[in-house]
Amino acid sequence: MTLSVLSRDWLLDENPETRLQAKLGQSYRMTRALMRNPLAVLGLVIILALLVVAAFAPWLAPYSPIEGSLSNRLLPPSAEHWMGTDELGRDILSRVIHGSRITLYIVLLVAVLSAPIGLVLGAVAGYFGGWVDRALMGVTDVFLSMPRLILALAFVAALGPGIGNAVIAITITAWPVYARIARAETLTIRNSDFIAAVRMLGGSHWRIVARHILPLCLSSTIIRVTLDMAGIILTAAGLGFIGLGAQPPAPEWGAMISRGRTFILDQWWVATMPGFAIVVVSLGFCLFGDGLRDVLDPRQRSK
Amino acid sequence: MTQKGSGRLLPAWAKTAIGFVLSLALTGLGLLAITFFIGRVVPIDPVLAVVGDRAPPAVYEAAKERMGLNDPLILQFVHYVAGILRGDFGLSVSTQRPVMEDIARYFPATLEMATLGILIGVVIGVPLGALAAARQGSIIDQVIRVIGLAGYAIPAFWLGLVGLVLFYAQLKWVAGPGRIDIFLDGMVPPVTGLLLVDSLIAGDFESFTNAFSHIILPATILGFFSLAYIARMTRSFMLDQLGQEFIITARVKGVPARVIIWRHAFRPIRVQLITVIGLSYAALLEGSVMVETVFSWPGIGNYLTTALLNADMNAVLGGTLVIGAVFIAINKISDALYRILDPRAR
Repeated sequence: MTLSVLSRDWLLDENPETRLQAKLGQSYRMTRALMRNPLAVLGLVIILALLVVAAFAPWLAPYSPIEGSLSNRLLPPSAEHWMGTDELGRDILSRVIHGSRITLYIVLLVAVLSAPIGLVLGAVAGYFGGWVDRALMGVTDVFLSMPRLILALAFVAALGPGIGNAVIAITITAWPVYARIARAETLTIRNSDFIAAVRMLGGSHWRIVARHILPLCLSSTIIRVTLDMAGIILTAAGLGFIGLGAQPPAPEWGAMISRGRTFILDQWWVATMPGFAIVVVSLGFCLFGDGLRDVLDPRQRSK
Repeated sequence: MTQKGSGRLLPAWAKTAIGFVLSLALTGLGLLAITFFIGRVVPIDPVLAVVGDRAPPAVYEAAKERMGLNDPLILQFVHYVAGILRGDFGLSVSTQRPVMEDIARYFPATLEMATLGILIGVVIGVPLGALAAARQGSIIDQVIRVIGLAGYAIPAFWLGLVGLVLFYAQLKWVAGPGRIDIFLDGMVPPVTGLLLVDSLIAGDFESFTNAFSHIILPATILGFFSLAYIARMTRSFMLDQLGQEFIITARVKGVPARVIIWRHAFRPIRVQLITVIGLSYAALLEGSVMVETVFSWPGIGNYLTTALLNADMNAVLGGTLVIGAVFIAINKISDALYRILDPRAR
């Protein structure tokens, strides 16, 4: 028995005996499909690298991200300082490594805040229909038709600069997409027989939404969140660049580019190096999101 | 267009028109509600800004009453909307001019850059996308894929800086930040506010080439992002068409590939492309905020970011309203155009 649990045949069994076996089998198939896509694997590797770098930043960074020595200011990339040093003599590589924590913090917080808001609003609107639907979707559509970056800028201007406020501002502009997706998914399942069966068994509306509808909206929302991560990273970096996101001396990538702007013509590395980090990490989320979509939602497969 | 369609059964076009106006008005009101809300959230006390922090409480209260800040919120909102509709956006704290006047001065520069950007995006993006679809898996197809990913993953402000280093500092192909060199500034009589057009009207060729060498890099960088989007969408629309049976019929009949691609497959997607181009033009206006900041381009985006850093809320909200309104209008118009031009969407 123990041997058969680990086998491929057990995982791929067409007639699973337990729920656990079915779930494990499904995840196994998905992982296999994902691994067949080299670009998705590359994306996954980048995301894992980001997680590792963020987790072990103090051990990986060769120098302090905050303190530098002025005698080392604006050194070009070399064997000692792989990405050179900035105007205060700080090692840029160390700052980029520590900056991964800020990026990860912003991205995760925005995802954790905006996806549930959108999911619940969308599912409720789709399930109840009628006036609830019209009111909720009216608000959603108004937010959807706004320019996201400008709106985030205006909210940060009102709330004051800082990472926390940047997260709030980006969240305010990010949830409507998830509400739309959740509503569309809900509309396709709300008249299914199994929902009617739960109703007949006496399940309340809230139970149906929470236990039966929301889980089914999850996969398309997860895909969308992963694909949106790149956009969230770019917006957060943009806020930092303008000076409204993370404040100095925090090693936020956008803010670092902004500082390097002053020396861009003579000391190009100060502004350029953090940009590579942004591009690589955004690319990772794009590639992984594309791969995830192809596996989880074949209808939307990109040609 | 006689009266015969009126009454209970409105003609289709009238329904579309009413729906268009309604959704435009609703979204516009939503935008106003958001900027009004932001204006209230700001921790800056507008009364203190007027009376100063040493005013006695009676003066403070009187000023507050006079500014309408004791009214119910809904009434304040109505006054706010009425003011905006009259074109009253308040005074900018940093420039000491009405915000509306500032915006009118800065907007043409943004319009000029965004328009050149979308031209670059369309002229290169559409043929590239069509070719990629026609030769799926070829080099062009791979290039489109990479450009598409780059459009998602590269921050516009960073690409702008890299462009400045490469093409201005190193290669010296283009002029640096700003709209025109200082010694030529103000030489062209303003007609449209678009320097490229004005200098041609004035017949001032030197100003034209100078302005062109300033605008081409930021416009190309903006255009790159719309190119990425337009090419990807063109490719996917074309692939849909090329898989249809009438294309196979045309192939079997021996129609040359070029004719199949451009006449048979491209024609039906033109309407969809209009929507895509409209959307990316609106996105360009938004993206110009970042690019203008990098290139010190005296446009509305630069005005907005400067105001943001100075906590000049009237200017911030005015800029947000104008960019938001143009963004919404372009989106709704391209959506309406799609409905009008595509018989299937009616």
